Amino acid sequence: MEKEYYVCTGCGLLCEDIETELEKRAISKVYTACRVGVAHMKENPGTAKFWVEGKNTDEATAIGKAAALLKAAKNPLIFGLDNSTNEAQKKAIELAKKLNATLDDSSSFSFGPLMAALLQKKFKTCSLDEVRDKADVSVFWGADPSDSHPRQLSKFAYFPRGKEKQRGWEEERTAIAIDIRKTHTAKICGNEFYQVPLGGDAEFMEALIAGLSGKLPKTSYKYPPKKLLELANLLKAAKFGVIFIGQDLLYSLETLAPLFRLMDTLNEKAKGDFFLIPLLEAYNMRGFNENLFEETGFVNRVKFEAGSVKHGPEYSVVESLKAKAVDAALIIGSDPLANLPYSIIKELLEIPLITIDPCETLTSKKAQVSIRSGVSGVEAGGSALRIDGVRVAFKPVFESKCPSDEEILFKIMEAF
Amino acid sequence: MTNAMELYQLLPKTNCKECGKTSCMAFAVALLARELTVDACPPLKNEPKFKENYEKLKERVSPAEGATETGLIVHEELCFGCGNCVVACPVNVANDPYGVGSGNAPKDEKKLILSIEDGIVRAKNVDECRRFGKNKILCTGCIVTCPVEAIEFVV
Repeated sequence: MEKEYYVCTGCGLLCEDIETELEKRAISKVYTACRVGVAHMKENPGTAKFWVEGKNTDEATAIGKAAALLKAAKNPLIFGLDNSTNEAQKKAIELAKKLNATLDDSSSFSFGPLMAALLQKKFKTCSLDEVRDKADVSVFWGADPSDSHPRQLSKFAYFPRGKEKQRGWEEERTAIAIDIRKTHTAKICGNEFYQVPLGGDAEFMEALIAGLSGKLPKTSYKYPPKKLLELANLLKAAKFGVIFIGQDLLYSLETLAPLFRLMDTLNEKAKGDFFLIPLLEAYNMRGFNENLFEETGFVNRVKFEAGSVKHGPEYSVVESLKAKAVDAALIIGSDPLANLPYSIIKELLEIPLITIDPCETLTSKKAQVSIRSGVSGVEAGGSALRIDGVRVAFKPVFESKCPSDEEILFKIMEAF
Repeated sequence: MTNAMELYQLLPKTNCKECGKTSCMAFAVALLARELTVDACPPLKNEPKFKENYEKLKERVSPAEGATETGLIVHEELCFGCGNCVVACPVNVANDPYGVGSGNAPKDEKKLILSIEDGIVRAKNVDECRRFGKNKILCTGCIVTCPVEAIEFVV
């Protein structure tokens, strides 16, 4: 019998080989997924819920109230969408245009600049399938996929046999971790773990560039030059190298210039090519960035105004709230009250708040209107972009009465 | 992990050969390899002065609770289902090269030793494990690839 596989939307890897067992309209068993995925897929109360001012209500009242709040606002903010399907994201962009809204996602304070550079083709990138089939050197820089994307090493980067990597990880692959502490991924990398001091990444990159160019690599924190040269030689010998970038590295760098210089030097000096893949955590952050880029030429922080688009730091979620520039907020699949600093979120509590989320979050508890949507890949279908930009379509595991983010946004737009 | 020398220290050390082995050390090695049981040593079993050592040995050699026949234990509270051990296990790769060997879901589950269920690794078909049987070897494929030391082998 042909097996039926589902897609896990627990993280940016979008594993498409998950088997499930159902019992009484709920998932009772999940095969092949990691623990993150299992928790994500089993979390599905199965019924839609609508709250207005903390009280249970029906769909029409909640949608009507949400539409009224958004319509009354002069400059609403739409934030989140990293955990929504491509279809919902496109719908939200349409809604933002209609409302002359400010639109942003959490790449605004994480991967935004790197994603913009990626979509502007400022460095080489490749797909994870190519990594599995060809990569001989994988570098994890400021990233700990063992914790954030548990199957990344076993499915793509290090352990699997690929088309051109038939002899296995012991003989044909090298994993290197560069981080400020010994992470779970660094433990797997064994001797190829390079510990840098907090904030020392940019200097480490410059030293590595010197090492690759045959100069003596020097750092102010006196990192052993011999070890740096060993790393440079290891990278030089790579036939197909990949650098996976984590959020920790981006927070350590003031600008991305040293990273791009390192990529250029590696591609010049190494035997083969070097590619860069950002390890995005939310399952469809790449989708949001690409969909918005296609529409406006920017990856985040935009404001629509009578047919034109404005872009800049003042339109980010943090700055627009700080400046009290927005007067209502629609939060989709995100929990800013739990994630952003108090000085910012206190502004969010003073304006009308609407949430669409499969989970009950701190933000949804404080919202005027809160709508429980279906979990993507479990209760609702759609498509998303994996961290490497590959489009993955998925169907729901079971039919649910929970509307998808897309359906809710469509109904709000209809209610105007 | 117990080694042969530790087991030897608890034996009578008389080299009486009643067990069929040439020496007590040989008996300790056989005990470790699970070829013989503690009861195969008559003096240890019958003489009251060895009673304490007999009980200690029984405890050492009997597999820990939850361990498979190869002595494999999964610490379920530590495992988070990354699947590194499943993909790295040489037997899994040989028996299902296009499934788990290539990092995917199992295609042929019949002879797999390790697989992930509900986010935790499960051991089955232990007779396929390279640590099992007469020609066993001390393979550590699943241990060294685990980031959280969730897999352990006990004697």
